[in-house]
Amino acid sequence: MADVVAQVSPPTVSQDVSPLRAFWDAFKENRGAVAGLFVVLLIVVIAIVADLIAPYGPNEQFRDAVRVAPMWTDGGSGRFILGTDGLGRDMLSRLIHGARISLFIGAAVMGVSFIIGVLLGLACVSLGNTVDVVVTRLMDLIMAVPSLVLAILVVAVLGPSLTNTIVAVTIVYLPRYVRLVRASAFTELSKDYVTAARVAGVGPWRLMFTTVLPNCLSPLIVQAALGVSDAILEAAALGFLGLGAQPPTAEWGTMLADAREFIRSNPWLVTLPGVAILITVVSINLAGDGLRDALDPKMRRS
Amino acid sequence: MLRFLLRRLALTIPTFIALMFVTFVAIRMVPGDPVEVRVGERGISAERLEMFRHELGLDQPVWKQFADYAWQLAHGDFGSSIATNQKVLTEFAALFPATIELSVAGMLFAVLLGIPAGTIAAARRGSIYDQTLMGLSVTGYSMPIFWWGLLLIMFVAERWGLTPVSGRIDLIKYYFEPVTGFMVIDAWLSGQAGAVKDALHHLVLPAIVLGTIPLAVIARMTRSAMLEVLGEDYVRTARAKGLPIWRVIGVHALRNALIPVVTIIGLQVGALMAGAVLTETIFSWPGVGKWLIESIARRDYPALQGGVMLISSVVIGVNLLVDLTYGFINPRIRHG
Repeated sequence: MADVVAQVSPPTVSQDVSPLRAFWDAFKENRGAVAGLFVVLLIVVIAIVADLIAPYGPNEQFRDAVRVAPMWTDGGSGRFILGTDGLGRDMLSRLIHGARISLFIGAAVMGVSFIIGVLLGLACVSLGNTVDVVVTRLMDLIMAVPSLVLAILVVAVLGPSLTNTIVAVTIVYLPRYVRLVRASAFTELSKDYVTAARVAGVGPWRLMFTTVLPNCLSPLIVQAALGVSDAILEAAALGFLGLGAQPPTAEWGTMLADAREFIRSNPWLVTLPGVAILITVVSINLAGDGLRDALDPKMRRS
Repeated sequence: MLRFLLRRLALTIPTFIALMFVTFVAIRMVPGDPVEVRVGERGISAERLEMFRHELGLDQPVWKQFADYAWQLAHGDFGSSIATNQKVLTEFAALFPATIELSVAGMLFAVLLGIPAGTIAAARRGSIYDQTLMGLSVTGYSMPIFWWGLLLIMFVAERWGLTPVSGRIDLIKYYFEPVTGFMVIDAWLSGQAGAVKDALHHLVLPAIVLGTIPLAVIARMTRSAMLEVLGEDYVRTARAKGLPIWRVIGVHALRNALIPVVTIIGLQVGALMAGAVLTETIFSWPGVGKWLIESIARRDYPALQGGVMLISSVVIGVNLLVDLTYGFINPRIRHG
């Protein structure tokens, strides 16, 4: 008898697990994702307290110490742990401040495209066929132009700056959000609970934002997480091409462009900003993959 | 099939018109006067200025300018570069083979490594090989390729001297007129000893850089497609028949797993063009990507406008082709 009871209620899953707890249990299965999340959080903290932990200001020049090597190589010293760049600025301080800029770009692009994406996506399904066709065509158009080429066009029109980088990258990644919201909202709209809500007299606004939207959120959250890393990469590429944040801003891509002329003489100037970009993007992608697997096992990245 | 083809073709027309409109509006919003770019900063008489503006059609009403622009495009005229006075289409056509050559080489690199890597990872699921390959795949997918290119130049080209740093061929040693625009083929046609080898040497690093992200995507896609297929009945049947495992995986399973992979490869074309802009800039590769960046620096709007139109048209065209092929292979898409 006792055996039967044990079979009926599996001991591993208790009924009163909160959704957050269930999510965390699924997320921590993936060691790579946990490591990624840890590094992301570390970079976020670094970005927030950049002013406190950076040894010098990002644009502070030391005329007596131009292109000093990192401390572990010949000619390096503890004064500048990662050396200095062509204008005698401390690399470590610039990299730390660069984290702030890159994460800000990533977060801003994610936030803006999330909000506009939700609004346009819901407009597609609720405002009738004309709106749907126009928005969908527009998104198809954006998708047809290669991402960086479109970003370059936008920056060419608006002029290169940090703000315009965010605008350009947001435009490039907007279609992903719109299409995702539109597709999942369409699916949800045909379900019984939506019909029930309609019959109960729920108004169109409430129907969209409180009935339908919450049920479209999990793929959106995954897209948003992975979108941050794409935005950081794209912004760095623009910076590298001289079309993003302008010098002397300590943006990683711009730093790489500055360092290009020293590729023979001072290789670390080229190496360090790239390592910073790579570590950030890899950890966001690892954490994002884990998020995807934990939120919806069926959605595992192809 | 014909109806599917026509419907799919009709869908691209509004995209083209919108593309035309957006590039037209965008270029006119650009700060800076194109006439000034042409005549330099010393200034000219008001009469001459008016003449230039007339020549460029800038004295017409905006709607007329757009109509003219659309009319010209319909006749294959993408305007003339302000900087060189050449037809944009002519410049593009001269440079595009270099970009195709680079893209094909990059894609070859990605496919030839990506499919075996994904297959091995799937066959040895959960093993150290699988974990290593997928770790590398995330890294490749996250790679800032402009930095990756500089890193390879720094080590492979500069420090170890294994490959040239930039360009398509050693211009001091070899000179021949372009015939096809594809350096490897032209080198072969020229018959000069060592020319082909030299051209290939120049191609290695840019191809690796451009192929890195597609490689990561293809490896990952192959792995998941293989994992799905390996659970199918016919794979079990093949195993039960006593076929060797490499044959089951390499022939029976892989052939079916490749269908989604081929689609992904086709859809990488947009990403390749975006990557080409960066790769060509780093390696001084004289293709359309580098040309586009230079056009911005020169404020050569007609070139920028035409270049964006042409590159996007290529991407739309290839995606259409992929769709049609897929519809041809898979009737479920066609009637969907």
